Amino acid sequence: MVTFENVSKQYGDVVALDDFNLEIAAGRTLALLGPNGAGKTTAISLLLGLRKPTRGLVRVLGYNPRDLRAHSAIGPMLQSSGLPSYLRVSEAIALFSTYYPKPLAIGRVLELAGLEHLAKTRVTSLSGGELQRLYFALAICGDPEILVLDEPSVGLDVEARRGMLETIRGIAGEGRTIVLTTHYLEEADALADRIVVIDRGHIVADGSPAAIKQTVGRKRVCFTSGWEVDSALLARNDARVDFRDGNSYRLSCAAPERLLGELFAAGVQLEDLTVTGASLEEAFLHLTTGHDSNAA
Amino acid sequence: MQPNLAPAPPMFAAQAKLELLRLLRIPAFSVTSLALPIMFYAFFGLPQAQLHYHNTTAGLYLLASFSAYAVLTISLFTFGASVAAERGTGATRLMRAMPLRISAYFFGKILSAMVFSAIVMTALVLFARFAGGVELPPEQYAELLARLLLGSIPFIILGFAVGYLASVNSAIAILNLIILPLSFGSGLFIPLSAMPKIVATFAPYLPTYHFGQLAWGVVGAASETPLRAALWLVTYAGLFLVVALRAYYRDERKEFA
Repeated sequence: MVTFENVSKQYGDVVALDDFNLEIAAGRTLALLGPNGAGKTTAISLLLGLRKPTRGLVRVLGYNPRDLRAHSAIGPMLQSSGLPSYLRVSEAIALFSTYYPKPLAIGRVLELAGLEHLAKTRVTSLSGGELQRLYFALAICGDPEILVLDEPSVGLDVEARRGMLETIRGIAGEGRTIVLTTHYLEEADALADRIVVIDRGHIVADGSPAAIKQTVGRKRVCFTSGWEVDSALLARNDARVDFRDGNSYRLSCAAPERLLGELFAAGVQLEDLTVTGASLEEAFLHLTTGHDSNAA
Repeated sequence: MQPNLAPAPPMFAAQAKLELLRLLRIPAFSVTSLALPIMFYAFFGLPQAQLHYHNTTAGLYLLASFSAYAVLTISLFTFGASVAAERGTGATRLMRAMPLRISAYFFGKILSAMVFSAIVMTALVLFARFAGGVELPPEQYAELLARLLLGSIPFIILGFAVGYLASVNSAIAILNLIILPLSFGSGLFIPLSAMPKIVATFAPYLPTYHFGQLAWGVVGAASETPLRAALWLVTYAGLFLVVALRAYYRDERKEFA
C-alpha cells in the first residue's frame, strides 16, 4: 500500500528522517510512535505529498504521493490545518466529499464522527474537540482506502480523547488501512496491530504491540535498600540501574514482578518501594543505548 | 475519466459554491466592495452627471470609471486576501493533502470574482440610472461588462501574487496600497484632466489606465484604441504572471519542499 525506500528528509541542516524504510500492508493499523521531534510528522508529510524527500522514494499504491490518484486513496487528518471559518459542519463535509470518487453519505459521516447535532454549526463556533472531530470527518468522508491520522488525539481532554479513540477503532474494524502517529504508547497499543517506534529520524523498534510493550513499555522500580548490586540477577531480569545515590536505587526493567520476586526471595529488605511505567523518553534511552533495538 | 478519481464537474461546482458563500457570509468584504463604488459615484458622479465631458457626459464617463474601479478591487481582493488567509490558517495545507484539483480551486475563485464583479457593476449601473438619470443602453452595459471582466485578468494574477507574498495581516493593507494609488494615478476617481500634470504624464504607463481606457471606450471617451489597451494589459498580465509564479514557488519551497 505504502512504501518508504531509503527515505531521508533534511530541513536545512536538521535531519528529520534518516534512511527510513517502511512497508505498510493493506488492512492493517500501524502506529508511528515517538516523542516530539522524532520525525513522525515528517513521515506523514512525505506520505501525503506535503513534503518531498531529500533522498529516497515514497510510494502510495505505486504512485508518487503528489499524484492525484495517491491523494484520492487517502483520507488525511493533519496536526495543523484550517478550514474556511464561515462554513457549516455539513457544508464542509459536503465540499470535501466532492474531492473523492466514492464518498460516503454525509449523514453517515456525521454519525461516524459524532457530529450529528452540530451539522448546522459554523466552523468558528466549534470547540477544540469538536473541530478535531470535524477534521476526522473530512478524513473519512471520501471512504478512503488509507486513513492517515497525525496525532488525532492531541489537544483533546480525557473524555474527548476516549471518544476519538473509540471512533478510530470502529473505523479500523472495517478493514481499512490506517496509519496514525502518537506519542502515547497506550494509544498505539489500543489502536494498532503494528507499532513502529521512531526516534531522531530512525526506526528503533518495529513489531506487534505486545512485542513493543516488552521493549518500550519498561517499568521503573525505585526503592531504598542496603542491597549491593547483583549484576547476574539484573541480567537475568533484563534490568538496569539507571540511578543510584547511596541506598536509593532507580532501576528499569521489563517485568518488575519477576525482579522483585527474586529480590524478596534473596531476602533483600526494600523500603519506599514504587513501581511506575517508564516514560517513552526513558524507553528510548534504553533502546538507543541499551540492547539490540529490534523487537520484531 | 479514471475510475479512481472524483468526477470534475461536482468538484468545480462545490469550489464555486464555497467561494460565493464567502461573499455572502463575510460581509465586511462584499458590502464594502458594493458600497464604495456606489458611494464614490454618488459624491463625484451625480452632482455633475449631465455635464458634457470627453464626447459624452460626466455621468457616463464616471460610471465607466467607477465600474472599472469596482471590478479592479474585487479582482485583486478575491485572490489576494483569500489566498493569504488560507495560507495563514493552514487551509492550504489541508487542501494540498486532499485530492482537490488545483484547477477547481482556481476556477472557484475566478468564477466568484467574475460573478461578484458583474453584480456590483450592475448595481452601480442601476444606481446611476435611478438616482442620477444616467442611462447606459443595454448593449453598452453588456460591452462594458465583457470588457471589464476580460480586462480584469492581469489584476486577478496580481492578486494571486500578493496572496503568496503577503501574510494574512499585511495582505489587505498591501492590496489597498496597490488599488488606491493606481486608481487615482489612472484617473479612475478624478479625470486626469483635473489632476496635476505629472500624474497625467505617468498615467499611460499604469495597467489601470489602460483598464480605464477599455471602460471609457464603451461610452466613446477613450484616448486609445481597445486593441492598444488590450496589448498593454496582456503585457502587464505577463509581467504579473512572472511575479506570481516566483511568489508561488518561493512559498512552495518554504512550505511544501
